Amino acid sequence: MTMTLAMAVPVRLLNLHPVDWVIIGVYFLATLGLGFYLKRFAKTGEDFFLAGRQMTAWVAGLSFLAANLSSLELMGWAAASYEYGILATHWYWIGAVPAMLFLGVVMMPFYYISKTHSVPGYLQLRYGEPTRMLSAVCFAIMTVLVSGVNMYAMALVMKIMLGWNISFSIWVSAITVAIYVALGGLRSAIFNEVLQFMLIWAGAIVISVLGLIDVGGWGGLVARIHAEFPGQDYTHLWRGLGSFTANPMGVNWTGIVFGLGLITSFGYWTTDFLVVQRVLAAKDLRSAQMAPIIAAGFKFFVPFIVVLPGLLGLAVLPYHLVGQTQASATGAYSFNEVLPLMLARYCGPGLLGLGITALIAGFMSGMAGNVSAFATVWTYDLYRPLIERRAARRGLIRGQLSAAAAADLPGTGDIVGFSGSVPEPPRSDKHYVSMGRWSTIVGVLVSIGTAYFVMQFASIMDYVQALFSFFIAPLFGTVILGMLWKRTTGAGGFWGLLTGTCTSVSMWLAIKYNPAALAYVAFSSHAQAMAANLYQALWSGVVCVLVTVLVSLATPPRPEAELTGLVYGCTLLPDEGEMKLYQRPWFWAAIVFTMLFIGNLILW
Amino acid sequence: MAAEMHHSHFSIWFYIGALLTLYGALILGAGIWQISHPPAGVVLQHLHAGIWWGGFLLAAGLIYLAAFRPRRS
Repeated sequence: MTMTLAMAVPVRLLNLHPVDWVIIGVYFLATLGLGFYLKRFAKTGEDFFLAGRQMTAWVAGLSFLAANLSSLELMGWAAASYEYGILATHWYWIGAVPAMLFLGVVMMPFYYISKTHSVPGYLQLRYGEPTRMLSAVCFAIMTVLVSGVNMYAMALVMKIMLGWNISFSIWVSAITVAIYVALGGLRSAIFNEVLQFMLIWAGAIVISVLGLIDVGGWGGLVARIHAEFPGQDYTHLWRGLGSFTANPMGVNWTGIVFGLGLITSFGYWTTDFLVVQRVLAAKDLRSAQMAPIIAAGFKFFVPFIVVLPGLLGLAVLPYHLVGQTQASATGAYSFNEVLPLMLARYCGPGLLGLGITALIAGFMSGMAGNVSAFATVWTYDLYRPLIERRAARRGLIRGQLSAAAAADLPGTGDIVGFSGSVPEPPRSDKHYVSMGRWSTIVGVLVSIGTAYFVMQFASIMDYVQALFSFFIAPLFGTVILGMLWKRTTGAGGFWGLLTGTCTSVSMWLAIKYNPAALAYVAFSSHAQAMAANLYQALWSGVVCVLVTVLVSLATPPRPEAELTGLVYGCTLLPDEGEMKLYQRPWFWAAIVFTMLFIGNLILW
Repeated sequence: MAAEMHHSHFSIWFYIGALLTLYGALILGAGIWQISHPPAGVVLQHLHAGIWWGGFLLAAGLIYLAAFRPRRS
């Protein structure tokens, strides 16, 4: 996530042997084979966009996690760990695990019971068409942009590591993803993500295990880092967060706890449809609740394959890595190259191929996640309401539809959704599956276009990351207020989301054109870019909540009868029935939370 | 975990098992080959990580293949 696209110095770090090529080739064949096999099961819209809602908790949970484990995640956070030390672990332990547990225990029942196809779909049911449209348009744009930038970053990494041609990497990977997602829909994306999850772990864990043996265990690692970087604290999670100047990131605990823990991470893990879509495909409510909890259990251990290689780089590399600008100017290795460097250090032929396959799998799982989510939001939240409404109006003029049917179509009457109580628009289910396939291909093509477009801009990655954060932080405020407070109104939700997004954009612009503004936004002029993002998210979340509350109180509430299945207090949650303790979602959530607590204490 | 594809003929875990078995065999073979042809510049080569990790993947793959093999319904 911290990688920039300025790493333009083509230095080939690794050399592949024939066995490595075979391993990589087998991976591509395996993903394509799965897509072709699963095509036969993607016949209806429910099949294509929600995998038939048949996924078990394990499959949905691992897919939920893999969709986020992109190659940028692996390489970016390894780089961040080299730069900021163990503070990067906060993005997992404070920034992901609690939010995933919250999604499973508190929010999932409302998403699942509403039978929505998407997060914008839930916003339509809860707040109405304008909020859904705002959310869907932003999400669709963000998704293809981020997907394209990821694609380019991955191709650049392959060029630097292996000397591969950038266009070759982009087209081969993109076409593979387009084929297996377009053929098998979400089911194919999910099963491939489970496969990719296994390969990511199998390929990445070797570095950490061998690295720990190399340095003599955790104690040896800490001793070596202290010897290499005297006076700097790279190995404590909380000890240096008392002030802005006592840690490498220039952040204090308020930014981590509130900006990261409360706003950014909850926004991403509970409202970003890229990940939530995987859980919506679960076969029943209990599976939907268990999926993010299982994912949280694995997420707790992800620092072992992401953060630890960065720390090992601090300890064992015979030279110090530098920032990208300095690396480009001097020819030195940058932070971003720490993972490939560690791969080259410990992995011979065979293991090297597996490590490269892990990175490619990470890229493809992230891209498939973006593309399948884009296809669903485009088809159900943009194409269906807008195009069908226009078609309905034309049909009304021609007398092909009854006035009563037209009144029930999206945007023409009361709030409607896709919960089964809505009259079918005048298009067949097959039509929407076809639209999903075409939008998958178009989404991939737009992503490829974005990848070529961003080649011209050294720092476009920073802009896209900022764009991504503009929308996610306020969205959490909108969704959580809608779920937990029945007084929230459609106008409140819309204006809260809009002003929250505008607040984030305004602060980003203020800091960009007047760096002195950082001292006000992030409470410190020492704040680094990542710390600034945290406080930016915090402010936008606060503004979103305040505006939503104030506008809601000033506008008439919706009747409670309309909020059934959508809001806490108006929804009768299904009885779990007779269930043993170890079968209950909250039991496993409590275990993961305890692990989290102990982990933070040990590395305090 | 057994019936991950309700309408399909095999489990995704079986598919993963097949891939792990193949990868395990390839990495194990490469690891054995490196005993006589050690790669240059690889740290801890004397531990023969390829043999251990390839063997582990092979064993895990075979267990998955056996546990999730297609059965007649």
